[in-house]
Order: sequence, then structure tokens, then C-alpha cells
Amino acid sequence: MSVIIDKDTKLCVSGITGREGTFHALNNKRYGTQVVAGVTPGKGGQDVEGVPVFNTFHDAVGATGANTAMVFVPPRFAADSILEAEDAGIATIICITEGIPAHDELRVYTQLKRNPDVRLIGPNCPGVLSPGKANVGIIPASFFKEGNVGVVSRSGTLTYQIGNELAQRGFGNSSIVGIGGDPVPGSSFIDVIALFEADPETELIVMSGEIGGDAEERAAEYIGEHVTKPVVGYIAGFTAPPGKTMGHAGAIVSGSQGTAAAKAEALEAQGVRVGRTPTQVAEIAVEILGG
Amino acid sequence: MDLLEYQGKQLFARQGIPVPAGKPARTVEEAVAAADEIGYPCVVKAQVKIGGRGKAGGIKVANDRAEAREHAEAILGMDIKGFTVHEVWVEGASEIAAEYYASIIFDRSAKQPLVMFSTKGGMDIEAVAEEDPDAIATLHVDPLIGFQDFHGRRLAFEGRVDADLVRPVGAFLKALYDTFVAEEAMLVEVNPLIVTPERTVAALDAKVTLDDNALFRHKENAELRDPSAEDPQEQMAHERGLTYVKLDGDIGILGNGAGLVMSTLDVVAQYGGAPANFLDAGGGSKAEAITSAVEVILSDDKVKAVLFNIFGGITRCDEVANGLIAAFEQISPTVPFVVRLDGTNDVEGRRILAEAQLPNVHTATTMNEAAEKVVALAKGVPA
Repeated sequence: MSVIIDKDTKLCVSGITGREGTFHALNNKRYGTQVVAGVTPGKGGQDVEGVPVFNTFHDAVGATGANTAMVFVPPRFAADSILEAEDAGIATIICITEGIPAHDELRVYTQLKRNPDVRLIGPNCPGVLSPGKANVGIIPASFFKEGNVGVVSRSGTLTYQIGNELAQRGFGNSSIVGIGGDPVPGSSFIDVIALFEADPETELIVMSGEIGGDAEERAAEYIGEHVTKPVVGYIAGFTAPPGKTMGHAGAIVSGSQGTAAAKAEALEAQGVRVGRTPTQVAEIAVEILGG
Repeated sequence: MDLLEYQGKQLFARQGIPVPAGKPARTVEEAVAAADEIGYPCVVKAQVKIGGRGKAGGIKVANDRAEAREHAEAILGMDIKGFTVHEVWVEGASEIAAEYYASIIFDRSAKQPLVMFSTKGGMDIEAVAEEDPDAIATLHVDPLIGFQDFHGRRLAFEGRVDADLVRPVGAFLKALYDTFVAEEAMLVEVNPLIVTPERTVAALDAKVTLDDNALFRHKENAELRDPSAEDPQEQMAHERGLTYVKLDGDIGILGNGAGLVMSTLDVVAQYGGAPANFLDAGGGSKAEAITSAVEVILSDDKVKAVLFNIFGGITRCDEVANGLIAAFEQISPTVPFVVRLDGTNDVEGRRILAEAQLPNVHTATTMNEAAEKVVALAKGVPA
């Protein structure tokens, strides 16, 4: 098992004819993901190495039965593309694009929340990898193999760092989910942790958070009340000064709100062990799983 | 991007929010001319992006030209909590019957704009929130519906304003919300929002933070950036399109990916070091990008050692190694470097670096080892 994407994923890539879009769509296809379609307005009828391109998501869904979208278009077009995918009936939308205006994200989030059948992962995320089944996004799949550790993270390279340390100790992953570093992520830690809790293959959950917002604090409360599986945490940004955006648009300590220390404390108060370095996260995971 | 008070007020004026008339000035002569034009009494206000200007002596009333000159001379160039005053805003003095508070924040937790209103204005709102939370009326607004007239009435009634002010306060809050949306702000705050003896309302101060990601749609706002007020390294990084944040320490940091760089700062601190900066090189492994980044880091003369922390995903470590070698050919750093290459093509990358025998460059395979080495080098301990 895995979460969000698997062998039944039929992927339609928005922005497939762009340089990055083509590169990653084909990379995902080579991994074994069913990449069934692409969307680029005005380029309907073309193909990208055998993947048919459509003018609209509606055409793509009608012709191919696509059930998952990957959005890879520039920031000014991304909100529109997400809304189009939802309107066309796509159930899982994974948005890689970084730099989408926050007010666009707010409107998209509010609209999508009204549709119980749709899930948005991202924006500003590396995507989702279910090792051995499907890869949607830019996660370098070669580091990861199938296994029982579910990973959910606000950051890309930090996820690879932690995942790689786990892999070096012999552990694989059910799924690796990047929820993204923006202020209004489509899915929260809670959304993904709930999926891992319900996934029979996942035996341990690793969550990697960072400064800004209160998603980690809310996840801590949720874990305390609803999660039976062990969770190991990591928080980046203990040394970040207040008022400065640390790379990710959402990574900012505002006054006394959103500090790494508060997040780590909230998790530890609910019995979640929090590693102080990525290496320590892997060590704790090994201890719990008895590697 | 944070705006100066007067930039916020000009943006308010554009959106129909009442503000006192005023003019910005960068020199004493400009300030005196502005005061003459506006008339006396007027107020000379230091323009810096930090609170507490009044207490620091950065806001003064001028009753005549001599006083305007005196205040402008005192305030221009003044240091307020580490911020140098490069500009003043001269505005007509307002008659004040009451001071209120209004703000709209981008509430990430609720994922809706949060509007706050209080009749206890002119003071620190966080202190009000602590001592008398009932004095602040709050309301979340559905971004797909927007701010309706009833929202304004509710906030005004809950804030217990006088009956004749319900309509003007409601209209002010609606205009403030429309500004928040139209200008794509993350924060708009008016403290104080004043009531005049004629029973009208106006924004006597303006604190505005705009969404950097939306500036492409707001060319006028994008031009409000003031490079002279920025830290020189941050300015240089901005011009080169690098994500850089200046910190207080002496260890320069470069990595790929915001999360990994934040984590690197933390690990360096755990080993007893003090990071000089945050720099995310992104997927950039090309020589120009690395050269550019190294130049920015080394332009901070406090830097005694540099840590390069790369976890190659799509970025390949052999390309990073070649980029670093090319960068060293163009600039010859005098401080030691520790380079940690892990991930895609890491063995190859480390081999390339070893063969190049760059002076004073040390390699490491793990983050912890790299942090330990760079902290020692910054303290002058030979590796």
C-alpha cells in the first residue's frame, strides 16, 4: 500500500510542453507512473514522446480517464490550472510550482475545500513518491525503495536528506509526501498523517516541519488524539531570526509565533520524539523499528 | 516586502482610504519646503521600518518654519533601533478626538483574512489583547465572498463605537479590506485610526506588508523597494536573484534547498558555531551561480570560514564540484571552505574536488562532520 499515488494513478501534466515540465513528466513516466496526458492550451493534438497533449483538462480527462494532475506551469498561471483540474473532475492535484501569490492560494484553498472529492498537494512542493509504484513530481526516486516508513515534509532537499539517512540504515518508504513550503498548503500535516495512520503498510511516520505558521502544533494535537503509530519529528529553523523569510514563503517567525522551539515542544508534549539533526531522526526511527 | 509609513499611506489614498495630506523629503531643504506647502502646524515623521519612532524622538510637531528645519535636521540621519533615517514624511497636524485600531492579517492558521478592530488605539495592540481581549472585535472573512457591509457594522457595534460612527468605521474597514485584497497584502495595520472633532475617520499611521510573490502584478508597488535601506549583502544577493538572509555570525553557509539550509544553520549552531547567513543556491550548480553566491557570502567581511552543504537530488554533485573549481579560478578566497557533497554522483564529485587540490578546501561526507569541521576552522583550529 501507499498513499495518494500508486499503480492506478493516471497522470495528466499541466505544462508538459515546457522545458522542466517535459523533463520531469518523462522522468516520472520512466519510473513507471502512468503518464496518460498533458495539457498546454493551444498545443492540443501534439505529443511529448508519445504522451498526448490536450488544450484543456476537460479534454484530457474525457479522452484518457486521468485521475491525477501535476501542475508545472509558471506562478501566474498556476492557480488557474489547479482550478481547471478540479473543474474537470480530477481528484488528486499535485502542484510543484513555487512563487504563487498568497491571495491566489487562499482563493484556491477555499474553493477546493468545498469539494470533498478533491485533494491538493503543494504548491511549492517536490511532489509525492510511492516507491515501486509511482512518482509524481521531482523527488529523486533512486534513493528510495519500498518499505514501511511514511514521510511527510514541508521541504524538498531536507526530505531527501532524511530519506537517504533512513535508506542507508536499510529502511524503505510507503510514500514520501512533500506538502510544500508556502503559507497556504493545500494539504496539511494532519491530512497526510491521517492517510499514513490508515495505510496498513506504514509502520512509522516521519514528519519534517519548519518555522512559520502553526501546522506542526496542530499536527501535534491531532497525533495525541488520533494516531496510534509512532511518529518521529524534525523541525528546521531553530536559528532563524524573527521577521525574515527563510527561502520558503511560509518559513517566517512572526513576532513570537511559529518558532522551531515551540513546534518541537508541542510535538514532544504529545510523545513525539523530535530529532535535533536529520541524522538523529534516522537514529530514532531505527530505534523504534528495531533496525 | 514591508512599506514605509508614507508609502502605505499613498497606497491607502489610491484605494480611497482617508489619510492626512503630506509629502516625503530626503533632505532638510526638501522637508522645509514640504512643511511650507502643507502649512503649520505640521508633523515631521521619521520613515523607518520599525516601531517606537515617537519614543525615540523621530516624530515632532513643527509650529513654524524654524521648528520644521530644526526637527528635520535632528531626525534625518537619526538612528532608531539600528535603522538610519534616510527620509521623513511631513504631514498636516491632525486634530484628534479619539484613537482607534484596525488591521487585517493573512491568517495562515484559519486560511482566511482576519479583520481586527478596537476603540483602544494609539497603543501597543498586543498589550491590549493581553489586558482586555474583549476590547478587540475580530472577524474572519471568506475570501470568495469578500467584505460585506454587515461585516463592517458587526465590527463597529462589537467594538462599541458611538452610533454616529458605525457607518464611517464600517466604511473604513471595508476600504481597508478592499485595499488588502487589491494590493495583495499580507498585513495592513492602522494604529491609530483617528476620529476627528468633525466626526470623520482617517488613517494616521500605516503599516503594510505586501506579498513578494504578487509584485509581478503590481509594478508600482515593486518600485517602492528602497535598496539604500537594505543590508549591503542582502542588496547584492537580491540583484543576483539569490535567496539570502544576513545573520550575525562568522560562518558563511551555502546549500541547496531552503529546508536543508535552515537545517544546516541549526546543526552548525549545535556544534558551537554562529552562521553568518542563509543562502539557498536552489538547483543552481552552474559555475556562474556558485561564483555569484560565493562572492555575496565573502563580501561580508565577518566571514571566517564557509560551509557548502549539498545534498544532490536533481542537482548532481559532480557538477557542483566543477562549478566550485571554476568559481575558485575567478575568485581566490582567503578563508577556508568545508564542502560536503552527498547524494547524486557524490563519490565522483568528491574525487573531482580532491584532484583539483583547491587551497584550503576541506571535504566532508555528512552534515554533522561538515559542521564540526567548519566550526573548528572558524575558530582558527587547523583541520
